[in-house]
Formats: sequence, structure tokens, C-alpha cells
Amino acid sequence: MNVSSVKGSMSISSSTSTWKAGDTISDQFPAGLRVLVVDDDPTCLMILEKMLTACLYKVTKCNRAETALSKLRENKNGYDIVLSDVHMPDMDGFKLLEHIGLEMDLPVIMMSADDGKQVVMKGVTHGACDYLIKPVRIEALKNIWQHVVRKRKNEWKEFEQSGSVEEGDRQPKQSDDADYSSSANEGNWKGSKRRKDEEEETDERDDTSTLKKPRVVWSVELHQQFVAAVNQLGIDKAVPKKILELMNVPGLTRENVASHLQKYRLYLRRLSGVSQHQSNLSTIISAQDPTFGSLSSLSGLDLQTLAATGQLPAQSLARLQAAGLGRATAKSGIPITLVDQRNIFSFENPKLRFGEGQQQHMTNKQQVNLLHGIPTTMEAKQLVSLRHAAQSVGNMNMQVPPPGPQSSQNNPLLMQMGQQQQQQQSRGQILVDSTINHAPRLSSMGQPILSNGMATNVSSRNGIPENIRAPGYSQTPSMLNFPMNHASELPGNCFPLGSTPGVSNLTSKGAFQEDVNSEIKGSGGFMPSYDVFNDLNQHKPQSWELQNVGIAFDSSQHSNSLQGNLDLTQSALGQQGFSSGQMNGHNRSAAVASKAVFSTGDVKELRSAQNVNQHLNNLLVDNTIRVKSERVCDTSPANIFPDHFGQDDLMSALLKQQESVASSENEFDFDGYSMNNIPV
Amino acid sequence: MDGYGMQNQIACIRRSLFDQGYLDEQFIQLEELQDDANPNFVQEIVTLFYTDSTRLIQNIELTLNSRPINFSKLDDYMHQFKGSSSSIGAKKVTSECAVFRQYCAAGNAEACIRNFQHIKQEHAILRKKLEFYFQMMGQAAVAQTR
Repeated sequence: MNVSSVKGSMSISSSTSTWKAGDTISDQFPAGLRVLVVDDDPTCLMILEKMLTACLYKVTKCNRAETALSKLRENKNGYDIVLSDVHMPDMDGFKLLEHIGLEMDLPVIMMSADDGKQVVMKGVTHGACDYLIKPVRIEALKNIWQHVVRKRKNEWKEFEQSGSVEEGDRQPKQSDDADYSSSANEGNWKGSKRRKDEEEETDERDDTSTLKKPRVVWSVELHQQFVAAVNQLGIDKAVPKKILELMNVPGLTRENVASHLQKYRLYLRRLSGVSQHQSNLSTIISAQDPTFGSLSSLSGLDLQTLAATGQLPAQSLARLQAAGLGRATAKSGIPITLVDQRNIFSFENPKLRFGEGQQQHMTNKQQVNLLHGIPTTMEAKQLVSLRHAAQSVGNMNMQVPPPGPQSSQNNPLLMQMGQQQQQQQSRGQILVDSTINHAPRLSSMGQPILSNGMATNVSSRNGIPENIRAPGYSQTPSMLNFPMNHASELPGNCFPLGSTPGVSNLTSKGAFQEDVNSEIKGSGGFMPSYDVFNDLNQHKPQSWELQNVGIAFDSSQHSNSLQGNLDLTQSALGQQGFSSGQMNGHNRSAAVASKAVFSTGDVKELRSAQNVNQHLNNLLVDNTIRVKSERVCDTSPANIFPDHFGQDDLMSALLKQQESVASSENEFDFDGYSMNNIPV
Repeated sequence: MDGYGMQNQIACIRRSLFDQGYLDEQFIQLEELQDDANPNFVQEIVTLFYTDSTRLIQNIELTLNSRPINFSKLDDYMHQFKGSSSSIGAKKVTSECAVFRQYCAAGNAEACIRNFQHIKQEHAILRKKLEFYFQMMGQAAVAQTR
């Protein structure tokens, strides 16, 4: 484990929650990693807790799966990774794993005394990122942080990929976007859209409002509309054009819908894999309410998704939902979900989140980044809040400063969402909700997590490193947790989701607003997720941070020195791996570059940051490859240009769960967007 | 010196526990977790284990006594028990549990019942030995402060 600054590590673990700007967190990672450990055996639980604490992680323990889930739901961005036992009395560990993947998209490690091949395989297919055999040794725990980093990187990559797909489409739409952006964005919405690549490169230094396409934020309400349209058309017949028509949302482009649909399909696919028994369950439930409780474990998302996929008859779904809603005493699952939804709707910056989340999700294999940031005036506000956030950023958990002005100004959509919650649309919201939950995770990157409840298998995003805390990222909060959205850093970062590549911006958003934008450009399209960065004048140094989004974890956090912004960027960058993904090749390189920057983590190294920027720019130019999973683990300065994400092993593994997604994508006309890296 | 002599004695006791196969390296992991902040960590964990495992043993007993025997439930309990005992490094107990699970999988009630007696015995023996060990350590600590 990287405890380079051992001396600081102690303080770090204790002060993880308070991320002070100026702290050099980068070298403290993985210390302070927030771990949630779930095991019904008290002896094991206590031992694990002690071991994890000895690794300098911040540990929360639960002896019941339900408790763990509610903790996760309450505090979406509160954890980086989950360790869970397989055999538990109240809920099967794999079930919990699924829930976490769907709702929060966090990396989950399974543990068991059982080392049989079947069980281990089950862990893999359900999306566990690792499997530990009991008795667990402390050595095995020392490296669990790698999963957090890896996930973020993968998400970054996803972003890039999804971004690339849209790029081609974007070109013709530039004018539209420009209009859209000008009207919708007060700030500078750095569209992660591909088309930005050129622009980004040229305009990097300055304002990008004209060039960048506004990021579409898939708010809960918007997503609901989307889902309603899809359901109306029939999941198989839903094509972007028709969906767009049905939705009838001004300013929404076919590309936005297309990429969102792509993600949604991934999500559905993922769910259909696990919905087998669920549908059985639902049938049982529809037959009789009493069993509803058991369904509670199915989040609203699942229900909706199931319904969408036709596996769950609409009536059952309605009934279930109604049951869930009406039954306060029902199993915790549903009520919690509902509650979450409400919360989600209430928070202020869902938008930001989505955008970001989406980006993150985009990378997720399964995740459908439903959230496409809709450029809104929120940006400005967000920026402001980000700035504040950045300054006060302390912990990764995204202690988001209460959304002040932001919230009110935040999208009217949010408000609507709140209202809508109660309605039929609740389903969509649930989805959104779930995504939102995820979003927080992304938050590190600023990436709004697709509110879509889509099971984000790739919880990689969620791995948002704590680092992000700094610049107010609260990154994840924005996306994932609606409720959390407050001031959490995300506001700044809401980088556009998938639709716009180079979401990397998200991460930096808060902090770097200004610089980010410019920087981002340099880097090739990192989109400074929001104008938020502008406010933060971190300039150059910051920009590179963004890039590190994917990598951000460790060092970025510490970049606090810069202002905390760095953290954002770094984390964002690290995480953003995918957001940048959108940006196309550039992003990747930028991301990579940023990573490099990140690794240094040291804020002080502005100069290096600058250099990094340069590199990034260079990278951007020649980097057209999709962001492959980048192994960024190392934070050493030397690693300025980490390899491109080459390995999607993790992703592949995750993807394997789904059916071939790629084929379905074709119809969407995603040229260039090949889900290649999603081996199926 | 008393203190030193006791230390020596304790070290011997400890070594014999390992040599005789009562404890394995997982126990060492626990010892390594003990530090100034948690000076009695190992003892606390062992105490916790014995409290919890007593409950498990009772459940297993009940299941074994019921007719017909629910083997899958039995396997579940034993899985838990095994996981727990392995986490403190109780080597003999753990290996007896593994044997039990094999019998259980085969549906061999008699063998299960018999084997369970072994498990209980080992469980009790280890408890005594560890209690003695901790007691000695406590005395040594006191002796040192004198």
C-alpha cells in the first residue's frame, strides 16, 4: 500500500472526513479509503475491522446486509468499497452484491470460507471485483484499494468510448448544440461531446461556450420521460428519433437520446440476467402482496427495468410499486428506495450529477448513463457552489456543502422531479434514483452518475477516490446521491455525461473551473465539466488535474494544495477516465496525462502540472484510441503517461455478464462507438 | 527474574500450542494486530469467538437432535462455525469442521453426530488452553509492573 507519507497517514485516516484544502492528500492514498464491511459473524467482523484499520482505511462495519444497504443508500458517496461475506442469514451476499452494483456501483469484494469453484465463479458473474477466502489475512486487505482505482479508470474509459461514439454524430449538430448551449448554459458547458475534440484543441485556452456542446443532464424527470417513451414504443422498437419525438424536450438532440438509450439498454441487459428470479419473484408478488416485502430488495429500478423488459408485467410493477409506496412497513428495501428517491429529487444538483454520472456510467459496462446533463443554468450556480465546495472540501465523502443558491436555481427539472416523484413517473425516478446514488460515486470525477438506476455494474466509478473531496467535488454526490447533491462538489463537475466526451471535466469542475476549461481544452477535450472551474483559478495546474480524473485518487486528493481543486481534477480525472473517454482519444491521453499529473499528487508541483498539460495536449492530438482501462495505480510522478487503458479485463469480466451489447448498439448508429472494450 | 521467567514460560506455552496443532498462523495475524492501542486484542477476539460459537454449537446440537435431520441447515451452521474458528486460527477445530461437512454432504447422520462430539471436545480443549495462556500473560504483565 502506498503509505509514502506514513506520518501523515495517521492523521489522514482520522481526518479523512475533513478534507482541507491544501492538504496533500495525494500521497496519502490509499489511506483513508472508506470501507464498508459486512459480515454476520461477529468474530470475523471484529478481526476485519481491526485489520482494515491497521491498513489505515476508514472502516464502517455492519453485521447485516440490510443495514449495510441502508447505510449505503443514506450516504451514497460515503464509501469507496464494500467487503461482504457470502453467507449471511438475512440476505445472500450475492444479492447484496447485485444491489450495490445496481444502486451504487461501488466495487464489492466477496469473502467466504468457501473456496469452491462454483462459488467463486458466482462472485465473478455477479460482478464482484474480487473474492477473498477466509480466514482473511491482512496482506489481502492491503491492496483492496486497487479495485477502487481500477473501477474509476474503467469508468473513465467508458466515458471516452461513449463519447467517441457520439462524436461522429455531433459534428452535424454543432449548430444545434451551440444554440442549445448558449441558451441553456450560462456557464461553459464543456460538452464532452466528441465534436469538441477539434474545438477543444483549438480553443482550449478560452471560453468554450460556443464550441462545447452543452452537456445534457439526464435528470430524474427527463429520464422518466425517456423511459416512458421507450416503454411506449416498446423496448425493441425504441429508436432515438422516435423517442426524441415522444419526449418532446426542447434542446435535446437525437444523439443525446441515442447515447442514453445505449446505456439504458446495457442496464436492461444486465438486469435481465438477474431478473430471472426476480421476475419469478414479481409474479409471486403480484399474486399476493405479502411477498412484496421480499421484493423490497429490488429497487425501484429493478422494477422499472423489469417492466421495461417485459419481464414484469406492467400491472405487477405498478402494484409492486404501489405496494412499496403504500407500505411503509414493507421490507426495508422498497421503502428505502422510495425514500431515496424522494431525497434524490429534492436535492439540488441532480443535474450536475447526472452529467457526471453519466460520464462515469458510460464507461460502466452496464450502466446506462441515463443522465445526460442538460445544460442548465445550473452551471453557474454550480460553479459557485463548487467553488465553495472546493474551498471547504474536506472529505471525499463529499461533504457537500448544503446547496445554497444552487439548489434553488438548479434545474427546474429537479423541482419537477420532486413533484413527479409521487406520480407514476416514480418509476423513472427510481431509476434515476439509483443512478443518482451511483453518481455520488462518480462524483469524484464530478461525473454525474447516471441517475439511471441502471445497474451500474461497473461500479468502478464509484470508486471515486476520496481525493476528490477537495475541490468540492463531492463529485459523487452530485450524481449518485441526489440527496447529497448539495454543494457537493459535483456541481461544478457535473460534467456532461456520456454524451460529451471528455467528461473529465467533471472532476475538476469545482476547482478548476476556469482553468479547467482552458486546460481541458489543452488536454484534448477534457471538458472542464463546468464552468465551475473557471471560478477556481487554478489554472494550468488544475487542468491537469482534471485529466487525472481517472487517477485522481491518490494524489489528486492532495492536490488540495492547489486548492483542493486539484483533487477534484485528479479524482475526476482518475475517475473520469470515462468521462474523458468521451472526449475521444484526447481525453484519454489527457486523462492519462492528467493521471500522470496526478500521480504526483503533489499540488506543489504546479510546474509539473503545466508540463503535464503540455503532454496532455500532445497526447490528445495523437490519442484517438479509446480510453482503455488504464492502470493508473501508481502515483509516482514518473508515471506521467500511464499506458492507455488497455485493459478492460475488469470491464470485460463485468461485461461478460451481459449479453453482447455491441450488437444492439449498432442500430443506434454509433459509428465508431464500438463496445469493443466490452468483451462479451 | 520472575518477570523474565514467566515470559519464558509463556513463550513455551505459546509455542506448544502451535506445535501441537491447536493454533495456526491465523492466530499470529491476530497477535500482529495487537498493539498498544489494543493491548488485549487477541484475548478479546478469542472471548468473542467463544461466546458466539457457543450459540452456534447449540444450534447445531438442536438440528442434530431433530428428526429428520435437516442436513442443509446443518451444513449452513457448520459453515459459519468453520469460518469463525478459522478466523482465530483454531486449527484442530477447523479441520474437524471440514470433516463434519463431508459427512453432512453425504447425509451420514451417525458420522455427523460422532464427529460433532470431536468438534465439541476440541473446542473445549482449546478454550482451556487459551484461557490458561491468557492468564499467564496477565500474571506476567502484573509481575513486570512490580
